[in-house]
Amino acid sequence: MPGSIQRFVLSDNSVNPDRFRAGRQARPILPMIALALIALVVFAALCAPLISPYQPLQGSIMNNLRPPAMAGGDGFPHLLGTDILGRDVLSGIIHGARVSLLVGVASVVGAGIFGTVVGILAGYFGGWLEEVVMRVVDVQLAFPFILLAIVIMYVLGRGLLNVIVVLIIASWPLYARVARAQALRLRTSEFVLAARSLGAAWPRILLRHVLPNALTPLLVVATFAIPQMIIFEAALSFLGVGMPLEVVSWGSMLASGRNYLEQAWWIATLPGLAIMLTVLSVNILGDWLRDWLDPNLRLA
Amino acid sequence: MLHVVLVRLFSSMLVLVGIVVVVFLLARVVGDPVALMIQPGMTEGEIGDLRRALGTDKPLWQQFVVFAGNVVRGDFGLSPWQGEPALGLVLERLPATMLLTTCAMLTAFFIALVVGAVSALTRGSAMDHGAMSLVLLGQSVPNFWLGLMLIMLFSTTLHWLPSAGYGTLAHVVLPTVTLAFFFMARLTRLVRSELLEVMAQDYIRTARSKGLPPALIFRRHAFRNIAVPLITVLAVDFGALIGGAVVTEMIFAWPGVGRLMIQAIGQRDFPIIQAGAFVIAVAVVLANLAADLAYAWLDPKVRFV
Repeated sequence: MPGSIQRFVLSDNSVNPDRFRAGRQARPILPMIALALIALVVFAALCAPLISPYQPLQGSIMNNLRPPAMAGGDGFPHLLGTDILGRDVLSGIIHGARVSLLVGVASVVGAGIFGTVVGILAGYFGGWLEEVVMRVVDVQLAFPFILLAIVIMYVLGRGLLNVIVVLIIASWPLYARVARAQALRLRTSEFVLAARSLGAAWPRILLRHVLPNALTPLLVVATFAIPQMIIFEAALSFLGVGMPLEVVSWGSMLASGRNYLEQAWWIATLPGLAIMLTVLSVNILGDWLRDWLDPNLRLA
Repeated sequence: MLHVVLVRLFSSMLVLVGIVVVVFLLARVVGDPVALMIQPGMTEGEIGDLRRALGTDKPLWQQFVVFAGNVVRGDFGLSPWQGEPALGLVLERLPATMLLTTCAMLTAFFIALVVGAVSALTRGSAMDHGAMSLVLLGQSVPNFWLGLMLIMLFSTTLHWLPSAGYGTLAHVVLPTVTLAFFFMARLTRLVRSELLEVMAQDYIRTARSKGLPPALIFRRHAFRNIAVPLITVLAVDFGALIGGAVVTEMIFAWPGVGRLMIQAIGQRDFPIIQAGAFVIAVAVVLANLAADLAYAWLDPKVRFV
């Protein structure tokens, strides 16, 4: 995207010393590699049944614990080996990409929309609404995310939709906080006052004037939240409270390899590598996106 | 100063009240504890007695009033499985969790300080690039996977360190590294970017032109000014650190509050879930309160608002 780089250069009169971070902006090679990796994961997720060599959940016990690239009893090779039940690890990783991406994107979109709406209303109108929202946010942030998610998962039971719902419940305060701060800042801005004095109704003001100006930091938060959500889904599945057994997830594959670290390193190692590379790619892209959207914006 | 303290104390109390409500509701929707305790061959009357003994036959709001009253007195009831006061069982496990989180936080803090400072002072060098790449990697590694990889390398292959358990110094190493890794990455990045900003300030140039030695400039002028954002992030991350400790404790069979709670959730042990959640929430609230008070102590601008 040459236009994006152009824009970065034009706005490069900031005092932010981080703009000197060579290797991120000067050579956009890393973001390109990250983008290619993400494209690969998306492709794997979309075409999983077409490209995976085996059924991810079917395996013959005769072929169990095959090391990577060893042929199974049927003569076909298992490029990344098989697990304790003889299931093909590569096929599992390809199918697992679906769960990770779906959970990551769906929970961020859900929590982002809910948190933004609540946060903007709270910041713009203030009063008791703001008090209630911010107290709820405080209470929730005082409670460790993963513990909250685990407790709710036990209530709802395992399941794809339940994991997404849990992650939305647990992460909306992030967006609410940022959206509220933005709305608070914009509430007294001149263009909002102008719109109000022209008689614009509040939904119009919020939608046309406040939201577009609050969007940049929210997008940055959302981009960095996607890898977080992917890791949390894997963690829940790893602890046995995430995906049901009939859904392949990188986290549950990892957990199933946990007891065979000595005999079969690949079962636990490779799905974890898939998580790490996906998360790393999104993080790299997020860094780049943040600097592109606004070089002045820094979130620790 | 007193005003700041009182306002913070009040809002901390509000948060704690909210926690009590949430903890009560969460544990009540997890399921009926009586259903799990019914033995084959128990009569209706015996089941009713069990319900009355646990107080779960009353309406929800009455259960809450009783619950809140007991919480104030530190009484979360007896664990139905272990027959001991739940709060005591949780507090028994607290030192192990505190040990783990403290070790991880100190490790993360000191490494981040050194690496971040070196990175900032040698900005653009190969060392800086290397450190920043490691940081990016550190922020992307799921800690449960890192833990398994460390076990594989240092326990099952090299036989240097134990893979699970508690008690000796050797047992502390792997869980600490596992838990510290993410925070190390985050803090290093923060130290670096804050230092870069501070080092560009006029007062640093003034100090330098006075001829002060670089070590003194760093200690007296630069470090003090990055202390406030550092403390903020340490406090904000404390909850996440405890959350990470839950997973780490599960991997390394570490006898902490997190592992106790995961087991309690599996057994539907209400009192332990409630006591554990409450203790953790109190710890997080106290950490944030301490951070707020630290600002006031460190930064005169906060004190006189």
